[in-house]
Amino acid sequence: MTNKTTLVDVRGLHIGLNDGTQLVKGIDFSMGRERVALVGESGSGKSLTARSLMGLLADSLVVDAERFQLLEHPVLNYDQRQWNRLRGHQVSMVLQDPKYALNPTQNIGRQVAEPLLLHQSMSRKARTEKVEHMLDAVGLPNPAELRKMYPHQLSGGMGQRVMLAMALINDPQLLIADEPTSALDHAVRDQVLDLIHSLVEERNMGLLLISHDLQQVADYCERVMVMYQGRLIDHLPAEDLPNATHPYTQTLWSCRPNITKRGQPLPTLDREHLETLN
Amino acid sequence: MNVLELKNVSVSHAQGLQRNTVVHDIDLTVEAGECFGLVGPSGCGKSSLLWVLAGLNPHWEGDISLFGQTLESGKVFTGDLRRRVQMVFQDPYASLHPKHRLRRTLAEPLKLLGLPDIDERISEGFKQVGLTENMIDRYPHQLSGGQRQRVAIVRALLLEPKLLLLDEPTSALDMSVQAEILNLLNDLKARRDLTMIMVSHDPDVIDYMCDHGVTMKAGRIDQEKHYT
Repeated sequence: MTNKTTLVDVRGLHIGLNDGTQLVKGIDFSMGRERVALVGESGSGKSLTARSLMGLLADSLVVDAERFQLLEHPVLNYDQRQWNRLRGHQVSMVLQDPKYALNPTQNIGRQVAEPLLLHQSMSRKARTEKVEHMLDAVGLPNPAELRKMYPHQLSGGMGQRVMLAMALINDPQLLIADEPTSALDHAVRDQVLDLIHSLVEERNMGLLLISHDLQQVADYCERVMVMYQGRLIDHLPAEDLPNATHPYTQTLWSCRPNITKRGQPLPTLDREHLETLN
Repeated sequence: MNVLELKNVSVSHAQGLQRNTVVHDIDLTVEAGECFGLVGPSGCGKSSLLWVLAGLNPHWEGDISLFGQTLESGKVFTGDLRRRVQMVFQDPYASLHPKHRLRRTLAEPLKLLGLPDIDERISEGFKQVGLTENMIDRYPHQLSGGQRQRVAIVRALLLEPKLLLLDEPTSALDMSVQAEILNLLNDLKARRDLTMIMVSHDPDVIDYMCDHGVTMKAGRIDQEKHYT
């Protein structure tokens, strides 16, 4: 499904604080209509990178890059008005926890329809139909009734599906999913990832999936980028993960517990050794 | 010897004037020195059961015997039992007092029990879990999530418990930090005479850690599994 359109093209991306502390230290990557995973520990700068692609960084952060192109737009110095035209229309994002990301005071139907109100002109009836169709597409039962419900009436897995419906309703070209499953429990996790996978495949979109669980994303992505302390330290196709050569990638790959590892200690990161590699 | 025996235990939560029963007819035994796992989807009652064992929810019925002592429903834990059962909570961000330095949080129960050499005990505990002593005088926000969970484990271990209750101890942590915490728990179990009950929604964690475990579903035991 890969074709030649470049959705993201970033060279030398730096994100730092006002006082000069660098949080993301010059990363280069590009992606087309493909599924890419961005993996790393908390604090490695993966979420900052993703947020910079949505123009959602806090004002106190300074972004600098040699090239920063999103869907062939030079977005480095975009103001909020210009971002608003892209966000939720051609690029959209799914966040970690539906409990915090959905508005508790608005019903589901209104929240899912909001991207349509902002980016397309359609009649109220057509909009309602589209919302119900979208809720159905993300596997939620009874869309007509669900539209009138509020976020607290939904379970975590359902909330995550609603967020996905909001993100995809305008048929964006790129979906950024920032730890979409870490607030969910084990059984629901795979369902949501399967759903993201099939929807992205169906619509021929690009997916940037952010996670700290390497084994889990490996099944859903074609390429994997590994970040550590603000640097992109490894970059490899998903099928090569078992034979990764970088010690950090190796540890992330093998630290997941399972029944065959009983009685032996799990591999952990030798952080001092990693410091010397940088 | 059995550390814990449950017969026909059901657990409810007060909802206004009503009681909402969330765990039904549980029978299980936990032997000394084993790691016992409770696994199931969210909302299946595994944490509710653990809270009863920690003495945090008196609304239960049935027979519970803990260290050979029969518990009475509706009463709080008294005497030695309070010290012998300790719990580590899910969220390392919420389980330490944000405005107290770690030394103060950790010293509080020790002072209450009138134990000697409090500072030595705390620095000993820090060494045991692989933290450096200069962290003792920090505030919780100056530590990472994994470090905080280690401090929460130290807090529980300082009271020299016989039974350690772990409520999803790693689900708020990164995969790589989870590996460090699980190694630490295995290590502590081997070094001390410690029984652990661990709750998790991740079957892989239970498979890796536990000697004996049950799967719960909608408030009942669905499956029992012995690993050794």
